[in-house]
Amino acid sequence: MSIAWNAFTPWSALTGGVMIGLAAAILILMNGKVAGISGILAGVLKPFNRNGYWRLSFLLGLLIAPTVYGCFSPLPVLQIDAGVGRLLLAGLVVGLGTRYGSGCTSGHGVCGLSRLSVRSLVATLTFMGAGFVTVFVVRHILNW
Amino acid sequence: MTYLTSLFAGLLFGLGLIVSGMVNPGKVQSFLDLAGAWDPSLMLVMGGAIAVGLVAFTIAKKRAVTFIGEKIDLPHGTKIDVRLVAGSALFGIGWGLAGFCPGPALVGAGMGLSSAFIFVAAMIAGMLLFELIEKVRRPK
Repeated sequence: MSIAWNAFTPWSALTGGVMIGLAAAILILMNGKVAGISGILAGVLKPFNRNGYWRLSFLLGLLIAPTVYGCFSPLPVLQIDAGVGRLLLAGLVVGLGTRYGSGCTSGHGVCGLSRLSVRSLVATLTFMGAGFVTVFVVRHILNW
Repeated sequence: MTYLTSLFAGLLFGLGLIVSGMVNPGKVQSFLDLAGAWDPSLMLVMGGAIAVGLVAFTIAKKRAVTFIGEKIDLPHGTKIDVRLVAGSALFGIGWGLAGFCPGPALVGAGMGLSSAFIFVAAMIAGMLLFELIEKVRRPK
């Protein structure tokens, strides 16, 4: 392992992390809901969900974030290596996996660990471990 | 009022994802690439978020209702089973393959990026497929 010091951005990472934590704090202390994005999205996909409007407004907030950010500062350019096939496969397993695992990086990784939930710790270690292995296989064995 | 607070929470969450760099699949994959040139930044994203989250959830656990009188809905599941582990493993595979998890993908869609739209469409299809499989396996 070698650390990419030139790519390491400790202050913006910490600042962004605190903003994410504050957002989760507002949602639990005002709305009484956990900021788990896969769960919030899955909730709006269920028809006749009368309790779905807080979910829609949260998702709307996420979607307009780049526009708001862009009013103050130029948006970062994203580096996306995956082609259409890999994006489709990845999206499909993320959709399936977050439903079977009842959460993703936000619900288990941020909120679950903040609640000191052992179940969320197991989920977080599992998806991080699977992510490490997948990138290792893709980059260093298959050389995609 | 609740719509306003959740809209603001979503907006702040999205801004945090952009500021932190978590929205960038290349940066996420550099974090997941332990054998390559490793970028540890995302550890600090998690650390910063959890530091604030710990305080918030400690307060939430002690209350029945929120500061604006809403019922506090904390998850009560503690079961650690094959479903949880297999599901999380599948999610991790997809996360590694594309570098997107659900939040950053939605923010990417908000940037108008076609790659993010493709990922989000497939992710929604995966969620609907889950509902379908569960309905077939356990008819009510």
